Amino acid sequence: MAHSAPSTQVGPGEAKTRRDFLLYATSATGAVGTALALWPFIHSMNPAADVLALSSSDIDLAPVVPGQAITVTWRGKPVFVRHRMPEEITAAQNVDFSTLPDPQKDEERVQKQNWLILVGVCTHLGCVPLGQKTTDPRGAYNGWFCPCHGSHYDTSGRIRKGPAPLNLAVPPYVFTSDTTIRIG
Amino acid sequence: MAVSSNRIVRWVDDRLPIFTLMHHSTSAYPTPNNLNYWWNFGSLAGFVLVVMILSGIFLAMNYTPHTAHAFESVERIMRDVNYGWLLRYLHMNGGSMFFALVYIHLFRGMYYGSYKSPREVLWWIGVIIFICMMATAFMGYVLPWGQMSFWGATVITNLFSAVPLVGTEIVTWLWGGFSVDNPTLNRFFSLHYLLPFIIFGLVVVHLWALHTVKSNNPLGIDIKGPQDTIPFHPYYTIKDLYGIGLFLMFYLFFVFFAPNFFGEPDNYIPANPMVTPPHIVPEWYFLPFYAILRAVPDKLSGVVLMFAAILVLFVLPWLDTSKVRSARFRPIYKQLFWIFFLDCLILGWIGAKPPEGAYLVIGRIATVYYFAHFLILLPLTGWFEKPRPLPDSIGAPVITTVKR
Amino acid sequence: MRRLFILIVMALATPAVALASSEKVSLETQHWSWQGLFGSYDQAQLKRGFKVYKEICASCHALGLVAYRNLADIGFAEEEIKAIAAEKEIQDGPNDMGEMFSRSARPSDPFVSPYSNDPAARVANNGALPPDLSLIAKARAGGPDYLYSLLVGYAEPPTDITLVPGMSYNRVFPGHQIAMPQPLFEDMVSHDDGTSSSLPQLAKDVTAFLNWTAEPELNARHSLGLKTLAFLILLTALFYALKRQMWSDVH
Repeated sequence: MAHSAPSTQVGPGEAKTRRDFLLYATSATGAVGTALALWPFIHSMNPAADVLALSSSDIDLAPVVPGQAITVTWRGKPVFVRHRMPEEITAAQNVDFSTLPDPQKDEERVQKQNWLILVGVCTHLGCVPLGQKTTDPRGAYNGWFCPCHGSHYDTSGRIRKGPAPLNLAVPPYVFTSDTTIRIG
Repeated sequence: MAVSSNRIVRWVDDRLPIFTLMHHSTSAYPTPNNLNYWWNFGSLAGFVLVVMILSGIFLAMNYTPHTAHAFESVERIMRDVNYGWLLRYLHMNGGSMFFALVYIHLFRGMYYGSYKSPREVLWWIGVIIFICMMATAFMGYVLPWGQMSFWGATVITNLFSAVPLVGTEIVTWLWGGFSVDNPTLNRFFSLHYLLPFIIFGLVVVHLWALHTVKSNNPLGIDIKGPQDTIPFHPYYTIKDLYGIGLFLMFYLFFVFFAPNFFGEPDNYIPANPMVTPPHIVPEWYFLPFYAILRAVPDKLSGVVLMFAAILVLFVLPWLDTSKVRSARFRPIYKQLFWIFFLDCLILGWIGAKPPEGAYLVIGRIATVYYFAHFLILLPLTGWFEKPRPLPDSIGAPVITTVKR
Repeated sequence: MRRLFILIVMALATPAVALASSEKVSLETQHWSWQGLFGSYDQAQLKRGFKVYKEICASCHALGLVAYRNLADIGFAEEEIKAIAAEKEIQDGPNDMGEMFSRSARPSDPFVSPYSNDPAARVANNGALPPDLSLIAKARAGGPDYLYSLLVGYAEPPTDITLVPGMSYNRVFPGHQIAMPQPLFEDMVSHDDGTSSSLPQLAKDVTAFLNWTAEPELNARHSLGLKTLAFLILLTALFYALKRQMWSDVH
């Protein structure tokens, strides 16, 4: 290369230190700036304000008779609403919950005993479990059965058998009257 | 030559010499040591291309190319998407910046004769990039589906109806229907997303050609030996970075404080195929060509002339008959260059004015001069001009200035 | 060549004389709080402007790109926003019975339009379509100054102008004949905070509100812009210093 080694009048050592300092300071500042500049791009992929705002759905429970289940949509996901029969409630309560894969009492999962409200998404890999229609297979515990990889949920929506690690999630909801709920 | 002492780098390089390639084309590339700041604009344009592609990809994630949703989806980006306004304003103003930089880059090439032998192909690729940019910008402007989007698309696609015999068929084919409508918007979106990557590829070829024939320089004389050059890295890397810093301040000032400076208010009105805005103007970077189009009363001739105004750049290397490259040593060409530059500004100003009265007259004079510059003045000047003596080498004048 | 140059200079000088024909109205330029590098919205003013919009403009003009939840930006509390939204009914559905039904608007809904569609709006307004105001401050040349000048620009027509029936004379509206009758008059809207209800004041406030609906991101944009420019000054100074240092070998 034609280019010769740096030479200045100040003395090579001094100039080199100054140059190294400038090089490090500039590189560090440039790196910080680049990282900060990337944030808006990354953050633009997070849920937008209108998506976050669409978070509540009102549901009328009056037409749902005991033993029946309905599926409603909340945040683009299915929500299972089941009007439980007395025997289903008993089955859910009379389990030694501490032996379950994801130990939880039935009381912690419902606000009113006969209404079970769940996010209908299998906690394994996100399929929608079967069991809403009367003709669906409900798995070994009479709750829901996920056909994708064979997870069995009980009448409280808790995982009992299969690869799913967690119970079906309970969405945030409130009873706005005796027969209506608002999810979200 | 060992590219690095790092074993992993060497392992990869033995199998795919990508590091050697990078070393040759960036760090070791012997660059004339006398390039001035006008040589910053090529790398700046490349930088903006990357910014445009990046912001465009993220905008596309939230944009809907459908006539019923396009306008609203852009407004959703502006209002609801996190930092969506920033992405959109970066993209919008980035378009203007890209053209500004490329115009400076182009005029720099003209001033210093960078299109002359052996750089004709390098110049051609540059002109092709410029044409692709114009197509990309035009189609991108249609996407927000405002009034100017719609009517700009209508007017520009209708240019092709001037083609004899099959004009109407061509326009129908471009539209995918009998007016600018949803199929048009869809294909424009598809092409607007595609073309920047083609431009990116062309930039790589542009650099390949550049590195084959080496950079021109303000003196316009050839590199005589290693004493005339310095390695690109770190000298020109840091100089380019400094340029990027200055440019970013200018660019982001508009993005943050005057984001609609280059825009048209009418494009914030949703497209309405039933009502044409009273005054249709293209974006500023198309104005000179728009002025040439309107200077001619005949439809076909106007269109032909407008395309000729761009295509004439392809033959510029042969129209300029002078052997001397840099305008520094060409007293007459130097004046001609500035008059031509002024002529382009006048055309731009006329393009923004209604085609009537004195504007029309000025537009016609400026159009005639535009072509006279290329077709008459340049060849004649080359033959009759007496250039000033050229320095022996790039190093020579640098040394004299230092001594003085 | 020199002659050509002179010709061009002369050509440049002529249009000023030749083209004085196209009419140019001057706008009443105001000082707006959001102008300049350090400018930002005055929340109290936006709230007053919203009141003017709600009580007067909203009876004809939609604000379709703004949602009730956005009012949080100008200082309304969640409960207030719910109450404002609930004043309006919107159609939703179909429900489980397959029927459309009416419900009160929620914060997540966009501002409810006064008309169900454009033809209905035309029928109600003598054939003229009141434009959606969401972007009006960006969609008119002159922006807020134009809106303000229009709102205070109603006057008796000069004697040489005969108005088309149903039209009003306006100083700044293109063509001077506008389908919208004068919308604002003194004391039409009263404020609790003692702000005057003069016509200029009402016009200024509602213009500010409409600028916010067009550019709700402005405050965030200005503050991020200042930080970014400050950072860039530092970075560019460092680049420059390093460039000088490195190039000292060459010079």
